[in-house]
Formats: sequence, structure tokens, C-alpha cells
Amino acid sequence: MTISETPVAISTVTVSIDGADVTIPEGATLLDACTKAGVDTPTICYAENLTPVNACRVCVVEVENSRTLVPSCSREAEEGMVVQTDSERVRHSRKMVLEFLGSGTDLSQAPQLAPYMEHYGAEPDRYGPEPERMNEDVKVQDDLYIRDYDKCVLCYKCVEACGDDAQHTFAISMSGRGFGARISTEFDATLPDSACVYCGNCVAVCPTNALQFKTEFDLRAVDNWREEEQSVTRTVCSYCGVGCNLELHVQDDTIVKVTSPNDHSVTSGHLCIKGRFGWQYVQPTITTK
Amino acid sequence: MPDLHLTVDRASEAEAAAIDAALAAINVDPAIVVEEERLVRGGIHRKNERRHGLLPALHALQTESGWISPGGVNYIAEMLNVPPAEAFGVASFYEMFRVDEAPDHTDDVVHVCVDSPCLEFAEAKIAELEASGKHVHRSPCLGQCERATTDHGPALFIQGRAAANSVPSDEATELWDLPQKHDPSLVLLRNVGRIDPTSLDAYVGAGGYKALAKAFGLGAEQVVEEVSTAGLMGRGGAAFPTGIKWRAVAAEQGVKYVVVNADESEPGTFKDRTIMENDPFSLIEAVTIAGFATGATKGWIYIRGEYPLATLRLQNAIELAREAGFLGEGIARSSFDFDIEIRRGAGAYICGEETALFNSLEGFRGEPRQKPPFPTTNGLFDRPTAINNPETLLNVLPIVLDGGAAYAATGTEGSSGQKLFCLSGHVAKPGTYEVEIGPTLREVLDLGGGVTGNLKAVLLGGAAGSFVGPDALDMPLTMEDTRAIGASLGSGVVMAFNDTTDFDAVCIRIAEFFRNESCGQCVPCRVGAVRQHELLVRSSGQVMNGEVELLKDIDLAMKDASICGLGHTAATAVRSAIDLGLIGS
Repeated sequence: MTISETPVAISTVTVSIDGADVTIPEGATLLDACTKAGVDTPTICYAENLTPVNACRVCVVEVENSRTLVPSCSREAEEGMVVQTDSERVRHSRKMVLEFLGSGTDLSQAPQLAPYMEHYGAEPDRYGPEPERMNEDVKVQDDLYIRDYDKCVLCYKCVEACGDDAQHTFAISMSGRGFGARISTEFDATLPDSACVYCGNCVAVCPTNALQFKTEFDLRAVDNWREEEQSVTRTVCSYCGVGCNLELHVQDDTIVKVTSPNDHSVTSGHLCIKGRFGWQYVQPTITTK
Repeated sequence: MPDLHLTVDRASEAEAAAIDAALAAINVDPAIVVEEERLVRGGIHRKNERRHGLLPALHALQTESGWISPGGVNYIAEMLNVPPAEAFGVASFYEMFRVDEAPDHTDDVVHVCVDSPCLEFAEAKIAELEASGKHVHRSPCLGQCERATTDHGPALFIQGRAAANSVPSDEATELWDLPQKHDPSLVLLRNVGRIDPTSLDAYVGAGGYKALAKAFGLGAEQVVEEVSTAGLMGRGGAAFPTGIKWRAVAAEQGVKYVVVNADESEPGTFKDRTIMENDPFSLIEAVTIAGFATGATKGWIYIRGEYPLATLRLQNAIELAREAGFLGEGIARSSFDFDIEIRRGAGAYICGEETALFNSLEGFRGEPRQKPPFPTTNGLFDRPTAINNPETLLNVLPIVLDGGAAYAATGTEGSSGQKLFCLSGHVAKPGTYEVEIGPTLREVLDLGGGVTGNLKAVLLGGAAGSFVGPDALDMPLTMEDTRAIGASLGSGVVMAFNDTTDFDAVCIRIAEFFRNESCGQCVPCRVGAVRQHELLVRSSGQVMNGEVELLKDIDLAMKDASICGLGHTAATAVRSAIDLGLIGS
């Protein structure tokens, strides 16, 4: 087998983003076009390593001749589309989505959303004295990760990572309906009783820290989670021959969490239980002080 | 059992037997997993396998045990090779499935409708039923709005325990007493109340299956052409041209489907129930023609779970048609093969949205899909699909028999043909009424004996529609005239409210309806519908000031950024009520 030197001709489409023409490969999305045009687009349920579910609607844009706004994360760009990313309608819907989430969910550990809340002028407090909130207690069922659904924005990312997009374990699903919808195992069974294989891929994709490594949770509980001081060291997982890259997040000479780069060709950000959690042999005792 | 991790709970023998029977009835074989094979096929990869058996299996479990038990879910998961978490996610989506805990009784559960027009009678009835020891469930619209009168009280539906579901009022109606029974100009309702809905002979004797024979003579292309020429627009609410839809599906290759959207759940709508209970053969014939015209070989009828009589009558009609050679291979001695399968919904308004319906039928949560792609290319099981409402399909019979041009000449310029209206609320004789499109709102109300009391407002198009005041009485009920004032015919709901109405209560209930029925998938609708409801509760009986601005903000975001029509229309009725001064002033 030889590798062809001839560049493959890629079909492209050209769309207009806020008046500027952008050429992108056929099959790319409007979000890709926005990014190429240098337009910053807020996203919550989108991740480069997951299939877009277009559920959060914060990335909506205005497309000429479309009755409603369209989610840029999933909408394939078509030749000649004329797109506005900062029209009054777009700004309003983005503001409202952020406001709605802020009014019912604890976004305190989703700092990436704060600048957008400010930019779009979101006022989550304007829904009266006691708007209904998620109101969920933290589920601590094992030593590996916790689920704090008070912080959950129902973005489906964990469901996708557990299912078709990465792990194919299907331990969790969206359950219930409407505002009562929750991510859940069958009958809310505890994680050890469920099909969960503790790959931690759901934790890695969670945008609001609703899913958290137990190490981080414990450190936060004693107000000792100092992300800005942590070093990140890239290494290769030593358990098998696949070659997954690991990023060891270290605080006070202790590993506090393990991730994998989304752009890594082997993992696409996903790991197994060994790579994700099997690092205790490096440091026999975990210090959470 | 590789791949599926199940909890220790096991189904009882009775549960297993009930689930087995339900799956056998739809010809779904239990999954046999070969231990040596590493099968990892959850989620979307199970689509075309057994997963569509999920809803029927859950119905069987609910009926047998009175709830969706963990053991039962595990058994279903094994039989269908569906992960138990996903099966639970699906079960917990539906109103008719109880997932929280086992019931502490073995009685039937009485569902009492709490939507308008039943609303004003609901609480008294619930108190009466509970006092007599009945187990009551407050239900959204049950599609029996014509029965909501002082004599009858609110609509009721009995969810049977180890017994079939039923509707108490159905017992009395063998041949339905259609208000317009003796009107010779009826087209869509011509058979209703006149011929035995359980007899194929009676149907054929009344001219049945002439349209199918004519369609075979015309050829598929010409049938699509006639439907296009007729200018027929969908009668489910969106008014999309049926001809365009059919032409698009006909142009596709490979396996194609025709789906009947009989999940009639828009509050105030009961016309399709009228058709299916009283003239099921007409619908079966029309679906068959739709299949022939679009090149589909299989039709599905997705009927709402609260319509037991309609389900029974359709099932009977399908069986008789099959026996007589009107369904199956080589229909009516032609080379066209076509058959129809019925699936029952389980209580979810959102499943009337076409893509949510596909997901529900396939055994997934009834969450709408983002469009595009559209059903004409990526519909049921991701195949090209023509999906129509029963009333729309019934119009195809006269179009085929008399020609599209003749049909186009009826009605008005912008709205051709016949239309069914669901009259309910404060009118003398509520019911399903048929007109050639054109009469004014006043004339349609007069068909039902006129308004009782002093008319204050009419809800047009259901909870997703809007209120109009008495000044709209002389507006013709056409697509174009209603659109001109920012209203819509929707599914044909004409619900009258006189000046005794508590509009605060009516609007709060509409808001509560949307809050409960939002699937929860997208943020604008999931949260917006809740905030709208809270706002109305908070400002009930008061003059609205800043609340109106907030409500407009919520409405605009839901209209612009929601995935589907539920979110787009969730604030329409409430805003029209404010504009008319019915609430908040």
C-alpha cells in the first residue's frame, strides 16, 4: 500500500458570515464557517468529539429566508447561505438561553459562560422571587466521580459519551420530560449497580462540572481546588499498547485529575477506567488537604 | 447476556407472559444473543431491529402490573436487546406509564381531563370520583371535548389494570349521533353515523373502495398530480401542501413509508377520533391510496393511547380489509403490495410533532428532530416518509374520485375543499362539523346551535392557537383570513367561551399544559414554558405591567430558538389573551 502524494480535491461551499464570504469544505457546519470567519460563537451542548444534538440553542444564528433561527453547530453549510451572527434576534435568543439556564441551574462552576452572560446582558434574576430550579442533591456513590445534577444543563453530552459517540455502554439516558427531565440510570439505580464501567468519559465532556472527579469534589469541599496553580503533564498511558495520551493534572505534587486531549488521534479525548482512574500506583495515598 | 448489564430485578411470570404476547402480536422475535459474538449495538444502531417493539411491550407491562417495574424493564431489555437505562428513559417520557413506584392498589385508574373545555367541570368530578374511592389521574386533553357539557362533565378515560383501556361514554355509542347526519352535502363525514363502522360490506355498499380502483386506473403519478391540482393542504395544523409532500416521497427510491399521524392531542381537537371511530374503512382506503401514490409498501398508523375505541375499530377494519384482499400482497388483484400496522402512543402531546412521532414509533424518546433533513427524505427509520393527518387523507378520496380540478373549485381561492371543525365549549351542540371552506366564524358557531350566553372569546386552533374576540365573528374561517389577523385554523378547534369564563384559570392551565408537555430537549422551550407558567400564576388576577414585556421576551426566544412547533407556539394563546384584555388588565 502506498500513500498517494496527489492532493485530494475537496468540494467546498461558500457562505456569507456577517457580510464576509467564507469558503469551507462541503459537509462542514455553520459553526465551522463562523469559526473560520473569526466569529466567536457560544456553545454548551456542542463538542468537537461528539455528534451535535443542537439542544441548548445558544449557538443559533439567523439564516436568510429561514423562518426561525438555526443551530449553527449542526446545520450543514449550503452554498450561498447568508448568515447573521449578531442580529437583534440572535442576541435575544442567546441572552434568553443563558438567562433561562442561569435561572434554574447552578452555573457557578461553568466559568466559560460568564463572559457570554455579560456580553449578551443575561439577567437570570428577573424571573421573580422563586423560579423553579433543578433542586437536586449531590450523588456520591463511589470514590471515582460524583454527580451534582443541580449543575446539570441537560446538554446530552454525557449520554452521548456513554453511548453511541464513545463508550457504547448506555448506562445513562435522558429520563422524564420537560423541566422534570434528568439524566438517569434505569430507575435511578446507583452507579455501581448500573451498567457504568467508570471510563469517566461523561465527566470529561460535562460543561458545567455537574459530573466531577471525586478528587476535585473533595478538594473543592475544603476550598482547596486551585486550578490556576495546577500543572498539566502529557504522557502515554502505560497499561496497554494502544497509546492513549494522558494529561495529568497535578496540584501540590498530587495527581488530581486525568484527561486526554480532544484532538489526540487515538482517544479523541476519551479514555478507559485504567487510564482515567488507575493512577494511584504513582502516589500511594491521596491527599485532599 | 453480553453487553447488557441488568440489575438483579426479575420480571414476574405474568409480566413476562404479557410482554411476550405483546411482542408476538407485532411479529417481533425475542433477541437471541450469541455469546461468542461481541455485540455492541445500543442506541441508533438498534433502530431497524427490535427496538420498535418497545412501546407495545411497555404498554403490556403497564397494563399487567399497573406500573413499569424494574424487573419488567429488564425483561423487555433482554427481549429487545435495548439497554435498560434507555428503556427506562423511554418509559418515563409518557403520561400513561408509571415509573416511580408500584401502585398500592389493583384498580383501574380514571383519567380526568383538566383542559378547557373540561376544565370548568374537572375539579367537581375529581372530588366525586375520589370520594367514591376511585384512583384519579389528572390528564391533559383526552380528545372528547364535545362531551364536556354540564350533563356529562369532563372527559374520562379508564386505564385498565389487567384489562383493556376504555372510555365510559363509548359504551352508549354504536352508531354515533352526528349532528349533521342528514346533511346530503357531507363529503368527509358522509358515512359517519350512517353505516356500520365495523362492516366492510357496509362500507363497500356505500361506495367504498371505488377511489382505490380509480387510483389504480389513474396510475401513481397521476394520483399525485390530482392531489397537487386539488390544492389540498394538511389539516393537522401546519397546512403544508400535501401534493408537494407526496411528490417528494414519490421521487425517492428504496423502502418508503406512509405514516398516519393519528396522535390527535391538540387541546380541543377530536375530529380524527370522529373519523376513526365511525368511518375507519375510509381512512384505511385513503392510506392505501397514499401508499400507492408515493410508492410505499407499508403504512403505519400512530394513534394516541387514549383512543381505545378508534384503535379497536381501525384494527378490525385492517383485518377485514386484509381478509378481503384490500391489504396485503397484490391488493384488489393489482400488483401493488401494501399493509398497515397500528401503534399506540402512551400520552405525550409532543408525539403529534411528526419527527417526535417517528422517534416514538421507533422506540426512542419522543423528542423532535432538527429539520432539515425533512421526513420526505429522512423519516421513519430514516427512510423517505409521507406523514399525514387522518382528515387530510380522507380528502384524498373525493380528489381521486372527482378529480383534483373539481376539488380545487370548491372552498375559497386560498383554501380549497372541505374542513372539519371541532366545536366545543359554550355552544349549544358541541361536536364535529363539516363545511365547504368559506363560512364565517359566526356561521360555524351557528352550525352548533350558536353560543350559549354572551360570547367573550373563541379559541381558534387549540392551545397552540390563539383567542379571537367577538369582533372576529364575521371573519371567514379560511387559511388566508385567519393568517391575516395572525391567527390560524390549526387543527380546526373552535372553542367558545362566554362571559362566565375565568380566563385567568384558562390561561394558567394552557401554560401548565405546555410546561408539562414540553419534551425538555431544548432550553428555550424546557425553561421558557416553566417561566411563562410561573409568571401567569404570580400575576393572576392582577394588572400586568412589566410581566408583559418579560412574557414577550420569553415568547420571542421560544418562537425563534426552539427545535419544534411546540415551543414556537407555546406562548401564542396567552399573548393573544393579554392583547384581547382577557387577562392581565
